[in-house]
Amino acid sequence: MEHQPPPFFKRGPAPVALLSFYVALSVALLVVDARLQTLEVVRQALSLFTHPVQQLAQLPLQSLANAGDYFVSVARLRDENAQLKQARLDNVTTLLRTQQLEVENERLRKLLGVKERKQASGQLAQILYAARDPYSRRIVIDKGQQDKVAAGQPVIDDVGVVGQVTRVFPFVSEVTLITDKEQAVPVQIVRTGLRSVVFGLGTGQLELRFLPANADVQNGDVLVTSGLDGIFLPGFPVARVVHIERDTSYSFARIFCMPLAGVENFSEVMILDPRPAVALPPQLANEPVGREAKPQVRKKRMKKE
Amino acid sequence: MQTSYYSPARILLPVRPWFIGFSLLVTLLLNFLPASPWPGLPDWLALVLVFWSVREPRRVGMGLAFLCGVAMDVADASLLGQHALAYVLVAYGGSSLSRRILWFPLGQQALQVFPLLMLVPLVQVAVRIMAGADFPGFTYFFGPFLSTLLWPVLTFLLLLPQHQPVDRDANRPL
Repeated sequence: MEHQPPPFFKRGPAPVALLSFYVALSVALLVVDARLQTLEVVRQALSLFTHPVQQLAQLPLQSLANAGDYFVSVARLRDENAQLKQARLDNVTTLLRTQQLEVENERLRKLLGVKERKQASGQLAQILYAARDPYSRRIVIDKGQQDKVAAGQPVIDDVGVVGQVTRVFPFVSEVTLITDKEQAVPVQIVRTGLRSVVFGLGTGQLELRFLPANADVQNGDVLVTSGLDGIFLPGFPVARVVHIERDTSYSFARIFCMPLAGVENFSEVMILDPRPAVALPPQLANEPVGREAKPQVRKKRMKKE
Repeated sequence: MQTSYYSPARILLPVRPWFIGFSLLVTLLLNFLPASPWPGLPDWLALVLVFWSVREPRRVGMGLAFLCGVAMDVADASLLGQHALAYVLVAYGGSSLSRRILWFPLGQQALQVFPLLMLVPLVQVAVRIMAGADFPGFTYFFGPFLSTLLWPVLTFLLLLPQHQPVDRDANRPL
């Protein structure tokens, strides 16, 4: 019979074995999450446990904000009220005319046989906090699966585009800001109608890429969504051009923009309803299948070689 | 033998498991505070995990560290497994160095723990840069310095429930 150690020395698996097991598990999680993006369900399930703790951690800040609201003086509120009334009166002419113009536009579009522009609608949400991750620019808002928020919905505030919903949890959802390094928005320059794509830089600024050095872009140009992506409705302000570097040794100009919306501020935002997918004509719908098939054949040939 | 109140040789009561869990939960709460404008704050959870893995390597191990890391990942909007990997490595380091670290007085303990605490942001930066992110700036590495300074304070606070009353008996000095 083999010698058995007394139970006093039984300490489970060796530390190095445990270490390699847990490291392998974490690395597997990392790779699956970074490359395959299939762990959303796991995230949602785990967030059910972390959400109450997070809510608890938000309490002190919320109670501070509430206390601040409570002590706002009546005089300031009256001032603000007067200002808002003034602003409403100022805007009322444009607003009334816009309604009439929208109806007229719709009718003219019908006459021309162009597709109607979709009306923007959505739901209000409150920004809870900015995500702690220092590598990405994301915010968390207080609407989730319970309110039928879906990943991909655009998010705007009262001035312009803020970002896009990228992850949905049961009670909250994560919005990737347009200034995030991995976020791109198809835009159009209002003055010239030039279409391009604006990319986040991760520093709070945006960059218009792949425009030739002689492109007609000026400081102060306003960019609005072009709507070509099928996600953002066309016409929402995104950014303003602040700095242009034209170096003839490069083929592209470097164009830096600042976001118009209060992207990094805490306030309320509007989650726009997703745009209905545009149905492709049958010829086009069949075509990509054929195109996809070709590279696969090529790959197989490469493998044989 | 009760030498003095702050001595590391002081005889302590055994730790209560619920207190370990409670301290981890409190630091998880501290980590979830909306502190994104101040990136230089210490990672409280990592600090307490290192503390318990040094003090009680048989109770707090890599399994608990992994669970805490996954919780942080889910709440932090980061890559799943990023905190988990860092915390597991740190828990392993803490438990394997615990015999050595506890031998020193508190100030030198803090110096011994500093490399472990620095490992947490280093591992995370390495993982994120491999996944394609940008370098987040040096303020990100400020937390471990603060944590190191806090080590003696934390040791005193977390060991408070284990302290015995110092009763000096005039008849029996030992």
